[in-house]
Amino acid sequence: MEPILTVRELSVTFPDNNGGLEALGSASFEICPQEFVCLLGPSGSGKSTLLRVLAGLLRPTGGDFVFAGGQPKIGMVFQQANLMPWRTALENITLPLELENVPPDERRARALELIELVGLTGFEDARPRDLSGGMAQRVAIARALIHDPDLLLLDEPFGSLDALTRERMWSELSRIWQARRKTVLMVTHSIGEALFLADRVLVLSQRPGRIKLDLAVDLPRPRTDEVRYTAHFGRLARKLKEAIE
Amino acid sequence: MNLNPFRLSPQTLRRSRPWAVLLSLAAALLTWELVSRFSGLPSFILPAPEQVAVRFWRALNEDNLLLHTAVTLSEILLGLLTGTLAAVGLGYAVAKSRTFERLAAPYLVASQAIPVVAIAPLLVIWFGPGMFSKVLICALIVFFPVLVNTVVGVRAVPRALHDLMRSLRATRGQIIRLLEVPAALPVLLGGLRIGATLSVIGAVVGELVGADRGLGFLINTARGLYDTALVFVAVFTLIALALALYGLVAGLEKKFLSWQESHE
Repeated sequence: MEPILTVRELSVTFPDNNGGLEALGSASFEICPQEFVCLLGPSGSGKSTLLRVLAGLLRPTGGDFVFAGGQPKIGMVFQQANLMPWRTALENITLPLELENVPPDERRARALELIELVGLTGFEDARPRDLSGGMAQRVAIARALIHDPDLLLLDEPFGSLDALTRERMWSELSRIWQARRKTVLMVTHSIGEALFLADRVLVLSQRPGRIKLDLAVDLPRPRTDEVRYTAHFGRLARKLKEAIE
Repeated sequence: MNLNPFRLSPQTLRRSRPWAVLLSLAAALLTWELVSRFSGLPSFILPAPEQVAVRFWRALNEDNLLLHTAVTLSEILLGLLTGTLAAVGLGYAVAKSRTFERLAAPYLVASQAIPVVAIAPLLVIWFGPGMFSKVLICALIVFFPVLVNTVVGVRAVPRALHDLMRSLRATRGQIIRLLEVPAALPVLLGGLRIGATLSVIGAVVGELVGADRGLGFLINTARGLYDTALVFVAVFTLIALALALYGLVAGLEKKFLSWQESHE
């Protein structure tokens, strides 16, 4: 299949006092349409930097990346839910459509559909301060999906949640992805999370990050909790663990 | 004006119960009445409450109190409006551009260092005793606090929300309208609350220096005639104006910032 995203020798160096801090060193990879790819790596391997470059928030120092079909629409979920506190859950979700000047009725209809998909029915008018961490992150996921983006960028979206909520969110995200079939690039430092969700896992090396391993995750879908206790899951986890160290 | 509202938040005012307000007002009136009756001070030094009340009625009919009030109120509102618009515009530019900040900083610091009250006579000499000089004084006195609050408010918008807007390819105008204005509004309205009260001071100072209309002019005239009761009337009218303006801003805060209210 034709890749939707091609990244070629992308590097980012942050200026500092002694010649610059090389955050990302020459990363190259491709992502196919509707693929769920996880970027795995130790802290400081430039995972988030790479994501910020792809989101257009940061200019790379070297290399380039190409989207098939030109300027893509991006949906992004950050480590924190990053909601606007003056807006209700529903109004937060409709934000991307507002930026595209979609009429209010259609905005509302599409948001209500997503609220149901992410399991927030009844919380349409809740303010962010009244939502738990998991609920806020669901709002953020719905917001990232509503404008039908070409690429979904997830930057450790469950990093700030407690362990139980995080694992429940894996199943939720997996289900949502099955329903919407987006191309996803997700940054994580959890091997279990990467294996549970991804079709492919890219392992970044220590700073400056390069792609050290490109591992296809051939676990059957839809995946349930059970898959995490299979022998094959364990073998894949071990490969990833070895690549990280 | 002895009322110092700078530290009073709308919450403080809302927390005070109506009966408590009435009670403390009654106590103040009673004290005033007793002092004026038993101190032996002549009424041109301290008029009794009922004398002021009678004088208020006469001022309405004979001294054009409403006209003077309208003049002062227009000066306050126009000054507040122009001062706020200029301060918000300039404050936004300062908050967004370091270069502009460096260029403007000396003037901004100077504008704060010049005591507007002290140059009020100069402004009246230059621009005449009409309304314009008062509007200018109000605008100048309002300018700095609103500017500072604008800069603080705009700079405090979370970077992460800017990232969100940029990842969605929001335009400059959309970022201002949907992110920066609502995010900075709490601090901005705080500045406006201070500005509203300062604006009253500005207008009165201007009128005291030189005017042919307005409550400050009325105070000056009455003082010359030892009509102290009329001075009281004008002062109370000013207090009412200041409170009304303060209430207006507090109302705006209540309307736009309900999302901020904490659950207790």
